[in-house]
Amino acid sequence: MDLTIAAILGLDGLTNGAIYALVALALVLVFSVTRIIFIPQGEFVAFGALTLASLQMGKVPGTVWPLVMLVVAGAVLDGVQAVRERWSLQRIAMRVVTAVTPPLMIAGITKQIASQQPPLFVQVLLTLALVTAMGPLLYRLAYRALSAASVLTLLIVSVGVHFALTGLGLVFFGAEGYRTPAFWEARFDVGPLSLTGQTLIIFGASVALIVALFVFFERTLAGKALKATSVNRTGARLMGISGDAAGSLSFTLAAFIGALSGLLISPSTTIYYDTGFLIGLKGFVAAVFGGLASFPMALAGAIGVGLIESFGSFWASAFKEVIVFTVILPILLWRSFVDPHHEEH
Amino acid sequence: MTRTHLSVAAAILLLALPFAPVPDFWITQLNYIGLFSLVVLGLVLLTGVGGLTSFGQAAFAGVGAYATAYLSTTLGLSPWLGLVAGLAITLVLALVIGLLTLRMSGHYLPLATICWCLALFYLVGNLEALGKYDGLLGLPAITLGDFSFQSERRIYWLIWLAALLAALGVTRLLDSRPGRIMRALNTNRGGGATMPEAMGASTFRYKLTMFVIAALLASVSGWLYAHMQRSVNPSPFGIKFGIEYLFMAVLGGIGTVGGAFTGAALVKLAEDQLKVWLPLVFGGSGNYEIIVFGVALVLVLRFAPDGLWPLIARWLPAKAQRMVDESAPALSARQHPERGAPLLDVRAIRKTFGGLVAVNDISFVIRAGDIVGLIGPNGAGKSTTFNLVSGVLPLTSGEVELLGQRVDGRSSREIARAGLSRTFQHVKLVPDMTVLENVALGTYLRTKTGTLRAMLGLNAAEEAQARAEAMRQLRRIGLETQAHELAGNLALGPQRLVEIARALASDPSLLLLDEPAAGLRHKEKEALAEVLKQLKAEGLSLLLVEHDMDFVMKLTDRIVVMEFGRWLMEGTPAEVQASPAVRAAYLGADE
Repeated sequence: MDLTIAAILGLDGLTNGAIYALVALALVLVFSVTRIIFIPQGEFVAFGALTLASLQMGKVPGTVWPLVMLVVAGAVLDGVQAVRERWSLQRIAMRVVTAVTPPLMIAGITKQIASQQPPLFVQVLLTLALVTAMGPLLYRLAYRALSAASVLTLLIVSVGVHFALTGLGLVFFGAEGYRTPAFWEARFDVGPLSLTGQTLIIFGASVALIVALFVFFERTLAGKALKATSVNRTGARLMGISGDAAGSLSFTLAAFIGALSGLLISPSTTIYYDTGFLIGLKGFVAAVFGGLASFPMALAGAIGVGLIESFGSFWASAFKEVIVFTVILPILLWRSFVDPHHEEH
Repeated sequence: MTRTHLSVAAAILLLALPFAPVPDFWITQLNYIGLFSLVVLGLVLLTGVGGLTSFGQAAFAGVGAYATAYLSTTLGLSPWLGLVAGLAITLVLALVIGLLTLRMSGHYLPLATICWCLALFYLVGNLEALGKYDGLLGLPAITLGDFSFQSERRIYWLIWLAALLAALGVTRLLDSRPGRIMRALNTNRGGGATMPEAMGASTFRYKLTMFVIAALLASVSGWLYAHMQRSVNPSPFGIKFGIEYLFMAVLGGIGTVGGAFTGAALVKLAEDQLKVWLPLVFGGSGNYEIIVFGVALVLVLRFAPDGLWPLIARWLPAKAQRMVDESAPALSARQHPERGAPLLDVRAIRKTFGGLVAVNDISFVIRAGDIVGLIGPNGAGKSTTFNLVSGVLPLTSGEVELLGQRVDGRSSREIARAGLSRTFQHVKLVPDMTVLENVALGTYLRTKTGTLRAMLGLNAAEEAQARAEAMRQLRRIGLETQAHELAGNLALGPQRLVEIARALASDPSLLLLDEPAAGLRHKEKEALAEVLKQLKAEGLSLLLVEHDMDFVMKLTDRIVVMEFGRWLMEGTPAEVQASPAVRAAYLGADE
């Protein structure tokens, strides 16, 4: 291997690492706020990519139907709760306006204009909206009632959600894989490296998102509320921060980040209905590097995973996944020294 | 008829089934159910009992299957050697993964097992020697002498013999010395490491043991599967099956042996039906059943977290209550120090949390037969002192000597071994074990039965001794009539007494009681005081951390008073009561 190849592989690794970083950030965010190990994060990535691919082909994306199903199921649950708890009409109206109408509108608009092939920018917005809308609904349906359950129970629920979403992906997107055209076809030659516009977009979007998250957590009330919940759920509740609202918000953010990662990755990788699982797990390897708690460490871990993957595929392409997933063992060994075990209080 | 009789009858019926004119289809189905049950039994132990989980059980089955496939085809060796090799490789892998993850919080194990299951899948799928994704074909049938287990009806016996023996082993294990510790570990049910460690058990070792047993059971299942199919390929050992095994355990009823078989049977039968019907609904083909499984998993955890087995068990005869044979020989007892001999010597112990000095150079001495109280207002550092002495927290500086042996810096496990036992302010009983079993847990350090011995059922004599000792201690505190009650059904007062009995069952030289009267009603306090008075009369040495002044004054010989982490005074109850300094500490200074 000469330096040129190393540089190309390095760039490749960084590009992939940027995507894993986004996934890892979402995972750390969800875990720290809700204690949920969110295995299905990768499904958001796949759904994002596949939704954009469908829109580009002028088809109604498969995301529309699961979204409507989630809305209906959520509305049924809310309806039962409303009857039991005798909600006021005002509260019911609020709920319909905030939880039912927006996702249905997004689904409706998408269905209407999909065949007319709207401009790329609109396609991107629709994709982000469709997938993001699934986040809070999933939290409502699968997790909210179990918010006091153990990490283990929540993890098993996550695995169930992963199964269900993957299966729905197969039903609504089919078994075929898709790849979308690059957002920006430009090329820049920097020494031996050839930077594509797509690479720059990936880096730009990742950095922008990280900065936005930082600002969100440090400067906004909602962000501070999430941070408070992640530090001490009970304490935050005593300060009037609803744990459910915090959970819902963290899932919304996670879904948005997932959709964005999907958009970014789809021009460089063929995405199938079940590709998301592996991407999500690579994000997990990165997040475990930070003990599922530290954002900067998760970022470093993601870059590491990306680099290991690209160099691994150069040396032993068939064993790329083996190498990436075996890396978790030394990471765990290292963590077990950093993180002396605290189990109880 | 008891539950045991019914289990034996069911086992005989199952093993006799191939003689009956049962269609081959059902024999095949039962073969799969037996193979799955074997894996799920491991998860029952690991997840239901221990509160840990693994998504990598399918991969361990894969190790067992590929080991025998490679040895018996490429190298032409006997399948029995394949079994041994598979178990050996599984053992090493499980030890490595367990050693890396089990010292950390519980969620690292499942994450590690997901990753390793994927890694193994891709590894096997790309290795030339293992036939890549096509796998290995033409495995020989298992033979024993001249008897070949080639046909489905014959390998059925091997499969179900293995599954039933595993069920028997797990059942026996759970009702034994190691099993009691395992059942105390489940953090999902209020358990954890602190109590078992205080009883002298290495919780890490037991977590590792459970993980290894689960892995070995999966490996055996893989071995049987390989020789039933006569071929192997990577797909049945991927993460999808790893998750399905967990689904079977959750659906059947995590934590019960019956649940393992129920879950395996339901999932297998449902999967076959779904594979027929769902493609008709959705068109095309694919693993549509995962949608149903995923949604069902979420629903079961939400609405029936104990799974379906309890619904079935309700119709079965109750479990036979095991009698206690109190004539069993007594367990070995410790050589206790002479009355008045130095027992515990605490010298200038200190604990700082950052800049806060929680315990500031506290010293006191307890002699054998003393009842010493440690009191002080809220935040005085009593409980921290208690935790320093019992080894739950590490000391910043100072020395602790127990029976002439330095114990500062030792773990609570080693301190327990040195002769100290304790109770907990927040009661730490295992709610779904009987009172007697909870107390028997206290005999841990006086008994020896290991995991293998318990699974083989060779521990009957020692188990009888442990139960007799537990009964004796229950009699000592006056709770013998409730010995077979579930501990979780008792009120707080009796639960506190059970904790004392459990501590006594370890035959301690010194008993530490952490706020034993906290939260008790008046009558309960009186009962507790009676028990402690009686223990005092029997010559037991006690250190009592307590809030209730009245309670302490009546019971103790001497009292150490703390305030703001400092030693305030030490004296007889009368001296402490008369001390203006103590009064000032509790009620504020007289102006």
